[in-house]
Amino acid sequence: MTLLETNSAIRLRDVLIQFGRTQLRFDCAIGKGQIVAVTGASGSGKSTLLNVVAGFETPDTGSVEILGEDVAGRDPVERPVSVIFQEHNLFSHLDAGTNIGLGIDPSLKLGVKERAKIAAALGRVGLDGFGKRLPPTLSGGERQRVALARALVRRKPILLLDEPFAALDPGLRSGMSSLLLDLHRQENNTILIITHHPDDVRALADSVLFLDEGRIILHEPTAQFLDHTDIPAVARFLGR
Amino acid sequence: MINRIERRWTLAAGVLCLGGIVLFVCLAAAALLAFDEPGMPNGGAFFDAYVWRVARFTLLQASLSTVLSILFAIPVARALARQTAFPGRVWVIRLMALPLGLPALVAALGLIGIWGRQGALNTALAAIGLDQPVSIYGLSGILVAHVFFNMPLAARLMLSGLERIPGEYWLVGANLGMRPLSIFRFIEWPVIRGLLPGIAGLIFMLCATSFTLVLTLGGGPAASTIEVAIYQALRFDFDPPRAIVLSLLQIIVTAVLLVAIRFLTPKADEGHGGGRRVRRFDGRHGFGRGGDWLVIALAVLFLALPLGSVVSSGLRSDLFRLVSDPMVQRALATSLVIALVSGLFCVISTAVMIRARQAALARRRPSTAYRGLAAAISASSALVLLVPPVVLGAGWFLLLRPFGDITTFAPLLVILINMLMALPFVYRVLEPAMATHSARTARLAASLGLGGWHRLRLIDWPGLRKPVLMALSFACALSLGDLGAVALFGSQDMVTLPWLLYSRMASYRSTDAAGLALFLGLVCLVLTIAGTPSAANDDHRRQDDVA
Repeated sequence: MTLLETNSAIRLRDVLIQFGRTQLRFDCAIGKGQIVAVTGASGSGKSTLLNVVAGFETPDTGSVEILGEDVAGRDPVERPVSVIFQEHNLFSHLDAGTNIGLGIDPSLKLGVKERAKIAAALGRVGLDGFGKRLPPTLSGGERQRVALARALVRRKPILLLDEPFAALDPGLRSGMSSLLLDLHRQENNTILIITHHPDDVRALADSVLFLDEGRIILHEPTAQFLDHTDIPAVARFLGR
Repeated sequence: MINRIERRWTLAAGVLCLGGIVLFVCLAAAALLAFDEPGMPNGGAFFDAYVWRVARFTLLQASLSTVLSILFAIPVARALARQTAFPGRVWVIRLMALPLGLPALVAALGLIGIWGRQGALNTALAAIGLDQPVSIYGLSGILVAHVFFNMPLAARLMLSGLERIPGEYWLVGANLGMRPLSIFRFIEWPVIRGLLPGIAGLIFMLCATSFTLVLTLGGGPAASTIEVAIYQALRFDFDPPRAIVLSLLQIIVTAVLLVAIRFLTPKADEGHGGGRRVRRFDGRHGFGRGGDWLVIALAVLFLALPLGSVVSSGLRSDLFRLVSDPMVQRALATSLVIALVSGLFCVISTAVMIRARQAALARRRPSTAYRGLAAAISASSALVLLVPPVVLGAGWFLLLRPFGDITTFAPLLVILINMLMALPFVYRVLEPAMATHSARTARLAASLGLGGWHRLRLIDWPGLRKPVLMALSFACALSLGDLGAVALFGSQDMVTLPWLLYSRMASYRSTDAAGLALFLGLVCLVLTIAGTPSAANDDHRRQDDVA
């Protein structure tokens, strides 16, 4: 574990979150440059885990370190993370290019250089020339690609994804996974992705965080996780 | 979900707005409580027969008005919800929005034109040989007027509740072969029932504090509400002690009501429709369809006839002379300035308070102070209702009298009182819109570091423009048509359109009154139409929702 301590991108220490009577406890370390799948039944605390890292949720006790720094009290934007939600990632009254531009400068002062960056980002997610399109005219998959493009221009070392493909067709899902994997190889960022699909786990993840009733009950390499049959919750997840 | 610095500023601004409002209201109340004049007997003697009669009548007419409005509104809302796509539907809904923005005085004139002694109804009754004319003055007139104003309000609130029902419910209902009665029992009624306490409370409150309608249609001391009695005590009898007793009584009555409503109203259920156009499979044929048409037609007649009467008698007056009358021009300018300023004040301070409330509750477990602030902000609209305009005016009247001529403060007071009057309505329009907007954009904006001016410009204004303008136009229309505050402070130096209209009515210059009513009604009509979302806008919004 000492290796992870020094080389971890995200470190949660004894994090405790209380919602009324339910208690969530997180303690884990995630290595730099890894893709980690976060899975578990609904209500097991996956989104909360992501929200704690992103800064949308403040732990009652415990500490959150990102890239070796304690981020307590830091606003979401002050943390080196980008977030992609399942839906509503784009402001629907702003066109795709502008939505990406917000990732470069929240006041939207965009020069020639910035516009070139936006166009390039759109190209990298396979949406050349989509800059002027409004989100309602895009398909679900295209909207998620625009959100990915925005994460690209923000160049944050950590990317958090909360079921980003859940609203997509199976065909699109695998396309999006391979796009995500390509981008990960180019950027070498750390990715935390919540998913309900063993397929996504298999295709993407280096390791798996498995949550059950507010605890992290497993954190192990993907291959090992996929062979589990001894823990009922995991077996259920894998469909065995 | 906003950053720390902005959160602090938002909270501070919210506290400031709330504090200003509370101070304004409480100073007035304190002035009433502290008023002391030699020769004033102790309180008990004032709760005399007159005061009790006024109180009883106030509650009686308010209860009857509420029940009648709701009984009429349920079939209307249901019919409109069921007939989703007949031509002119949007106009019927706009017509329903009209009374709320229509000055009470103008409506009163229109109602007299239909239900009055020389009105259309009595003329028609006389023509078929009935000689018992329907009387518009007294209780029946007040009830007709209150239903005219509040039935459409209730119907609109119910309709929007019904339209929030997920479209799948109708599919399932049709699939299960549910009859109209079952659909009503199992789908529509639960929604309406959930809304009823809130709607009934609002209407009861509006009727219990109704001023202009009772003043013009009450027709004498037998049918006087507390508010009108306060006005008469101050302006005619100059009897401050009696005004104070009545004001305190009014505050007690509204306080009891507010507490009752608070306990009766269940937590509002947030609708989670898919945002698609609703397709309904019931009420498409035969009896149901015919009944719906009948109900809609009745409602339209009930609302449109008095409006038509305002238009037709207004057109018969000498409009050109009226428009070129400098007195009218000055009154119009005064009214517009007051309306715009009070409307802007109201919308801005309400938006700030709602934002502060969101900021206070943003944490998972907000501290007691924050929870208190949030509760105080949502209670502020109740506080405003607690101390109705005439009572507020009475308090400030007594407070400012020692400092010189009351007319110098009149414009500011009227603006502030009008602003407070509009606050509950503006809150109702803005709060849900801002909550939805925040739920959709707050985390995203926070994660991108969008804050302050940039978020306001790029995200909040485009997203909230419509509800904000809607609230503004509502607030302006309310202020434009207000007689309550002006009645206490109006003078030669400050004449608003309603005040001018009321003086012309009082001096029996009825053609002038008709012309002015048309004029005032038109201005408010424009504002109300501007404030009502059209079908096209709805479609646009639905499309956005998908994204």
